[in-house]
Amino acid sequence: MTTLGFLLRRPTSAQDTPALARIDRLGALLTLVGAVGLFLLPFVTFKANRIVPGDPRGLAQVLPAWVALGCQATLAVVAAVALFGANAPLRLVAALAGIVATAAALAVAANALTPPHDLIVRVAPGAGFWLLLAALGLLATDAITRMRPGPGVRVLLLVLFLGVAGFALAHGTFDNVSVMREYAVNAAAFAVAARQHILLSLGSLGAAVIVALPLGIFCHRVPRARPGVLSALNIIQTVPSIALFGILMAPLGELAAHVPLAAAVGIRGIGAAPAVVALFLYSLLPIVANTVAGLKRVSPATVEAALGMGMTRWQTLTGVELVLALPVILTGIRIVLVQNIGLVTVAALIGGGGFGTFVFGGIGQAAVDLVLLGALPTVVLAYSAAVLLDALVELLDRVPQ
Amino acid sequence: MIVVESLTKLYGTTTAVDAVSMVVERNSITVIVGTSGSGKSTLLRMINRLIEPTSGRVLIDGRDTGSEPGYQLRRRIGYVIQGHGLFPHRSVAENIGTVPRLLGWEEDRIRARTAQLLTALQLDPGAYADKYPHQLSGGQQQRVGVARALAAEPALLLMDEPFGALDPIIREKAQDDLLDIQRKFGTTIVLVTHDIDEAFRLGDRVAVMSEGRLLQYDRPEVLVTRPANPLVARMTGSAERAMRLLSLTTAGEAALPWTGSDGAADGPVVPTSASLREVLSELLWRGSECATVVDADGKPHGRLTVAAILARGRPA
Repeated sequence: MTTLGFLLRRPTSAQDTPALARIDRLGALLTLVGAVGLFLLPFVTFKANRIVPGDPRGLAQVLPAWVALGCQATLAVVAAVALFGANAPLRLVAALAGIVATAAALAVAANALTPPHDLIVRVAPGAGFWLLLAALGLLATDAITRMRPGPGVRVLLLVLFLGVAGFALAHGTFDNVSVMREYAVNAAAFAVAARQHILLSLGSLGAAVIVALPLGIFCHRVPRARPGVLSALNIIQTVPSIALFGILMAPLGELAAHVPLAAAVGIRGIGAAPAVVALFLYSLLPIVANTVAGLKRVSPATVEAALGMGMTRWQTLTGVELVLALPVILTGIRIVLVQNIGLVTVAALIGGGGFGTFVFGGIGQAAVDLVLLGALPTVVLAYSAAVLLDALVELLDRVPQ
Repeated sequence: MIVVESLTKLYGTTTAVDAVSMVVERNSITVIVGTSGSGKSTLLRMINRLIEPTSGRVLIDGRDTGSEPGYQLRRRIGYVIQGHGLFPHRSVAENIGTVPRLLGWEEDRIRARTAQLLTALQLDPGAYADKYPHQLSGGQQQRVGVARALAAEPALLLMDEPFGALDPIIREKAQDDLLDIQRKFGTTIVLVTHDIDEAFRLGDRVAVMSEGRLLQYDRPEVLVTRPANPLVARMTGSAERAMRLLSLTTAGEAALPWTGSDGAADGPVVPTSASLREVLSELLWRGSECATVVDADGKPHGRLTVAAILARGRPA
């Protein structure tokens, strides 16, 4: 048990400890946050149309009385479990039940507030909804952490979550919620943006792996080159993303103007080309640094034994050194992938496409719902990538050094 | 037979190994002993060309080791290092099968050889073949390291401080096991150590190195009785040289003929494999004058008196 876990977990012997000491500290904090969201902040914002400022509504105001009561009762039970429940699976079930209840309340509220066949009014999730969701999400994450599930179980939980959410969205449960209204209008653009977003993230990652892996191996083999290479990559990392996108527009534009071949393969001053180049440059440092760190942790005795038994340099590198360094290298790749998924959003500014198109479009039109249409899938994508690669790293790192 | 001909290694202006020449007989154990920085490990690594010599050459059974790629040479030479260097991501069986796989052996043959070696090293193949190195004790890891080095039936085995990471009790056992293995497979062994006791215990011949030069290369008893220079005398321990000499002779070799139980009746009973040093110690402890030496079956082989042992403790 880590120190942090010990602090979070309430004492197990119930007989001698006063009731107050048995309250779960994280549970108390999350209950407080959830209560603020539920009682003090608007659950939804009602807008007569897409642009006008909204009219805040509380949970009890917008839901039929028995639905509001049911939702509040469910959340009260969840709070009780969060405060006093020591059983991690029970806490997880409670948190998930809370999330389902909150999401259902949002759907019911949106349906109740929207006149039949009306496509003008907007019912947006309010600050209270987001705060509740955040508190419940943290409760669920904490419960999963306490359960210490293996990599397989974690991936399964992710698939389950995405499956349920996807099913509800496809089923039209949230069609009257503002974000889904934006989606209905932009469905075709959304599919294009999703494809671009994934292609830009993975493409720049792939190019970076092809360059950074040999560069990392080179830095490991030639220690004199290491400080130079790493500081150069460090400097790139410190350039703000918008600046880097901007800096690249000029040389790439020149290249396209003077080299017909470059223009023919789609290189332009704006668009995907500077985005991919900038993301590629950002991706180098984590992969090179982790490749060096991963190779460094391979015991010199192991490498000497490999060479001493007659493995060639190449066999030693691919069969022993890289295999043993792989978990650390993959950790670098995970950092890069999550970072890229976030940065691609900014690439929309220079015409790179992706979910950022909605974010910046929404900012331009002062339409928060459109911003969310870009931001929410970006978060889900980044989170899923993190869970998947973490599981992969753990699976490959079963061998202690 | 391994012939080392004026082997030299220079690092810049530093001479790590300085024109060393020596001949290693087949089926023998040669121990290279020296302080750290004496060039003993460098010399060993030049034999399998993990380090390329600056000048000089090595002949194995008359063939120049420089005549083929280094990695091919190393596949024919076993190599054991301190801290075993087992592959942590591969099972015991996969570790042992490394060189046979590099040489393209059939899987059946590899499996049979792995089982044979594990059994020879007192590890049950059924229980240990699929374990990973981190699941083994230090002594077991060391034995798997030896098994891996012997897997492709090399005629020559190089060992660099193989027992350095083991605690004293396990180390003694590992040394005994190595002697058994050497007798069983008839492998020629060249072993590097900084431990002079280990050198005397294992070596048919001992090479003493200092500052890159080979000071003396001879049978252990010659190193004790006729050290080539003061440094060798100091390393072999001049204050202990009589005891060291006694430890080089077994009770079986030195026993006087068996003439019935007269005089030995109340003395200790010792096996033929015990060293004279051990027998003397036992006699001193018991206050006896005479020990009975018995063979492996417990039958009397001869007897040893204190006087007879003491006579062996001085140069002939």
